[in-house]
Amino acid sequence: MIIKDVLCPFCGCLCDDLAVEVENNKVIDVQHACKIGSSKIMGHDRIKAPMMRDDKKGEFREVSYDEAINEAAKILANSKRPLLYGWASGVCEMMKKGVLLTEEVGGIIDNTASVCHGPSALGVHEKGMPTGTLGQFANRADVAIFWGCNPVQAHPRHMSRYSVFAKGFFTTKGRKGRKVIVVDVRKTDTADLADEYIQVNPGMDYIVMSAIRAIIANHADVVPDNVGGIPKEKLVELAETLKSAKFGIIYFGMGLTQSRGKYKNIDNAVSLITELNAHTKYSIIPMRGHYNVTGFGNVCAWETGFVNAVDMSRGYPYYNPGETCSNDLLMREEIDAAFIIAGDAGAHFPAQSIARMGKVPVVQIDPFHNPTTEMANIVIPTKVSGVELEGTAYRMDGVSLRMRKLVDVDFPSDEEVLDKIIAKVREIKGASS
Amino acid sequence: MKLNATFISGRTVDQGCNLENKTSQAYFNAAGYCEMNSTDAGKIGVEPGNNVKVTTDFGTVVVPLKICEGNPDGLIFVPMGPWANAVVDPDTKGCGMPGFKGIQAEVEATGETAPTMPELMDRLK
Repeated sequence: MIIKDVLCPFCGCLCDDLAVEVENNKVIDVQHACKIGSSKIMGHDRIKAPMMRDDKKGEFREVSYDEAINEAAKILANSKRPLLYGWASGVCEMMKKGVLLTEEVGGIIDNTASVCHGPSALGVHEKGMPTGTLGQFANRADVAIFWGCNPVQAHPRHMSRYSVFAKGFFTTKGRKGRKVIVVDVRKTDTADLADEYIQVNPGMDYIVMSAIRAIIANHADVVPDNVGGIPKEKLVELAETLKSAKFGIIYFGMGLTQSRGKYKNIDNAVSLITELNAHTKYSIIPMRGHYNVTGFGNVCAWETGFVNAVDMSRGYPYYNPGETCSNDLLMREEIDAAFIIAGDAGAHFPAQSIARMGKVPVVQIDPFHNPTTEMANIVIPTKVSGVELEGTAYRMDGVSLRMRKLVDVDFPSDEEVLDKIIAKVREIKGASS
Repeated sequence: MKLNATFISGRTVDQGCNLENKTSQAYFNAAGYCEMNSTDAGKIGVEPGNNVKVTTDFGTVVVPLKICEGNPDGLIFVPMGPWANAVVDPDTKGCGMPGFKGIQAEVEATGETAPTMPELMDRLK
């Protein structure tokens, strides 16, 4: 059986045109997906049963779901400052339950944006974000700038579906009618496909943007001969190209959010976009990583008012990135329990942060054995959302789409496990109050 | 001889393909390496596949070398993952985001072996 129009549960492109062949309840072929999406849907070895251990250096022993869920609930109910992190590889339905669980235990909920586009949210707080949908960009954009992002490696079908090769209503010539510019610290595979590659010195993105803004504001006279490794004449040329667009778009990634300046880079990029809008039409959009990291931002915002790093210990939502983000909490050694679900803190946090996880009880909800498993005391395997479970996800541009179920499995969903943990936490807390 | 370099981490297709396969040799191959251009590799006398030791103020990690001529002189790249995390800056500068890019590093040839993922995690328990 071939299932058509399948959505890909890997990156924020959320490609919705896959065809997946299923035979005897097994995925045997994936068509139209990129190498990464295909690898994800074809599947990997997974954790077969819930596991527990007291000593993180010891061996796991298999336990029942009920035992693992009860012990996980005890850890959360008895901790003073639990961190509930991850969420991005799940569907929105489980995220809602995650916010509820966090409220029940007075914990802090944070998602993978913390180490990805969290600074972009801060940039939005500072300046807003003139943005749009990937469909608009595919149909309109004649100038596309990739700043600090490398879609060939991280979002492999982004360029063909939306940003570079895509043809649309006003972009009938596709790649030929589109000017593509890459700004990066190294010549990436994306840069190889661009009309123009502009190499910026590491950590100099902010001042390069400021220089371009000065040129656009007719103050080229104040710009030094070389800014961040880029000759002034190149920047003047770039400013002219940007202004000449009928519709321009900046796609940006970790090259801005993780390097010097962090959220200030986004703040400055949005200012650049705002000023370009005095000349022509411009938009900007973050290249979101996990397929539903954008969904978490939406769910968390409508449940708490904030997109991530929400501290519920006061009994109401409190948000102060830099204080309530996972790595700040871990580095201050504030956390006394960690609940990691649908995200892999163990693989993607700095070693010193993870070392704190080594000192506190760690509960992991995930289909796969990963570095977080190495740090865990309780591991509860669940369904792979978007392959074994349907649900809602948000594409990187905020368009919500329905993920499909392709095969049936016996594992519980994240939501079912969360429901049981919430019920048990209420029971424990009810008994002690 | 040590190479002074700027360290960055980031995604790759192979790292992505093995995100749910992190106990495998394929994940080590995809995320456990350090890329620099051949000029820089020549300066410290290493060839592709030789192990190099990357040291920052925050830690040390041993990984095999790969050549990428797209890297300018003095820029090294390690895919995001446990090997990169051994040397990144945990300080968020008050905005939640650790320093995964733009870290000053020293790179040198080494006879030491590269740690596996579980070995790296064991160090943190």
